Amino acid sequence: MAIKKFAVACYDDEAVLFPAVKKVRNSGYKLHDVYTPFPVHGLDQALGHKETDLHIAGFIYGITGTSTALGFMSWIFTSDWPVNFGGKPHFSLPAFIPITFELTVLFAAVGMVLTFCYLNQIMPGVKKHVFHPRQTDDLFVMAIELNEHVSEQEVIDFLKSTGAVETNVQVAESEWWYGRWDKEEAYQTA
Amino acid sequence: MHLKYESFVREPLVNGDKTYHQVTEDIVRPIEQKPGRMWYAGFIFSVILLCFGVFSVFWEVYWGIGVWGINRTVGWGWDITNFVWWVGIGHAGTLISAILLLFRQGWRTGVNRAAEAMTIFAVMCAGQFPIFHMGRVWDAFYVLPYPNTRGPLWPNFNSALLWDVFAISTYFTVSLLFWYSGLIPDFATVRDRAKTKFRKMMYGIASFGWTGSAKNWQRHEALSLVLAGLSTPLVLSVHTIVSFDFATSVIPGWHTTIFPPYFVAGAIFSGFAMVQTLLILCRRIMRLEDYITIGHIEAMNKVIVLTGSIVGVAYLTELFIAWYSQVIYEQDAFNWRIVGPYWWSYWAMMTCNVVSPQLFWFKKLRRNIVFTFIMSIVVNIGMWFERFVIIVTSLYRDYLPGSWTYYSPTWPEIGFYLGTFGLFFTCFFLFAKYFPVIAIAEIKFVLKTSGENYKKKMEPIEEESTEEFIQKHVDAHH
Repeated sequence: MAIKKFAVACYDDEAVLFPAVKKVRNSGYKLHDVYTPFPVHGLDQALGHKETDLHIAGFIYGITGTSTALGFMSWIFTSDWPVNFGGKPHFSLPAFIPITFELTVLFAAVGMVLTFCYLNQIMPGVKKHVFHPRQTDDLFVMAIELNEHVSEQEVIDFLKSTGAVETNVQVAESEWWYGRWDKEEAYQTA
Repeated sequence: MHLKYESFVREPLVNGDKTYHQVTEDIVRPIEQKPGRMWYAGFIFSVILLCFGVFSVFWEVYWGIGVWGINRTVGWGWDITNFVWWVGIGHAGTLISAILLLFRQGWRTGVNRAAEAMTIFAVMCAGQFPIFHMGRVWDAFYVLPYPNTRGPLWPNFNSALLWDVFAISTYFTVSLLFWYSGLIPDFATVRDRAKTKFRKMMYGIASFGWTGSAKNWQRHEALSLVLAGLSTPLVLSVHTIVSFDFATSVIPGWHTTIFPPYFVAGAIFSGFAMVQTLLILCRRIMRLEDYITIGHIEAMNKVIVLTGSIVGVAYLTELFIAWYSQVIYEQDAFNWRIVGPYWWSYWAMMTCNVVSPQLFWFKKLRRNIVFTFIMSIVVNIGMWFERFVIIVTSLYRDYLPGSWTYYSPTWPEIGFYLGTFGLFFTCFFLFAKYFPVIAIAEIKFVLKTSGENYKKKMEPIEEESTEEFIQKHVDAHH
């Protein structure tokens, strides 16, 4: 939770955005984030983000589902309440496969989506500052964090030189807060 | 300059002179406008059907399962037929959203959202049938393995019917998650351009506070890919397990190993037909012809003719094996299917599923919207008859001639079926009004490679020789 000052630059083409990101990173300004209306491939590398580990989490959830299903069914049919189904073995592994598979998928999917929401800090009722209402429409928006070491005008001029179609300075909450989207606040007021 | 390249042989996925902003405008427009008269008429009609369905189900629950036409010989009638039919319809949505994603089929972007919605609503309809077929529906939760005070007494994990419980509920959950995770960014788009306070609030909640941050998109891409990877075997497993309901029994006509692939092919076949029915109407009413193009319709017709042919081969294989096996029970079962008292259902199935889809080998017919629309309904009628043939014509003459019977549905069974149509279309009409019917972000993602106007811009490059091209762009990456 921190209210910060940002210099904001909007680009109307991802082809202009990439060199701009490169220039900003070389310049040493503190790049807060880039917002795009759709996934732009290569932008994560350009920003220096490392590959997400979400799929590893998915694998772990999946394995948890597999062992839950197998362990649970085996325990029930061999020790908790063994039932004789037409003389077949109590531990009938082939018959356990369908449910084991389904639970693997279920655990992996549910776990991954929850992890995805947690990592991205998204949930119903969560509010975040939107730097430009068209950042989910057709603009590629870059926000640079301002502090006492840099001059506002200098950053804005620099951003204009990278091909931004629109630039401005905003004071806003940098993290999420609980809020309603029909209220105008740029940070938590309460 | 942009050097995303796609061959000119491929037709554009988005027609017209579109910019990113125009894509948003076109797809969000129906949400921001008052719905037309067609929408109200359709919606009210669906709700009436739904109410009739609720009444039919109430009648069955109040008086008991005896009000249906099923009896001791034909224990599964319209209820399980409709269950299998609806589940099958759902499969096309997952095929489009998951399998075609893994195969990198760009055309899925135009149709995946609506197809996935169809999946979810179809599975909701399907689930009703086995639940109310239980009779004492208030005990339906007994199928869940929860620690109870009766022992605890567990359900039989070796039973194909219990596998079904897990398969259908997992399928529903995973489809819903996959669909909704794709919707989050698009809801944010609707939210950020909302003019009214109420809309802004509602889509603010629905969008989970999505802002389109680069890191969030990176995770979103990873999530979509893994969910697609999970859904692909899942969708194949679901109809496989549904077919196990039959194949693991010892009823002539059911006890065959061909059932899983045969059911999966049939499911995709009927599902694509339903996607065609819905999207041909949607693109017309919501003026989305630029996004759901003739090319999309043709691509889906190709899937229909392929899966229809697979289904046809499966029917013939069944007949061959019945003869080749030299088992008189198998032979009689298939003989009676063809010439017995239910001959009309067998021949309706054969005509609608095997013969008529072959017309889609003609390119002219694949690209004809009226013909496609009629065929989509014919296919779904045929696939309903397939399930009816498999279920009823395997049961009505069992091992004991004294218990042979003829089964016809009663009005609560028919009403139940009509009611699920009501449920399906009520949901679909609400979806069409309040949800972005086409995945906005995904269309923007493919726009610069597959949009008509962007492809046109590539024409001069297309005409250059390779040497000229290299000369011009040799320094581009330095």
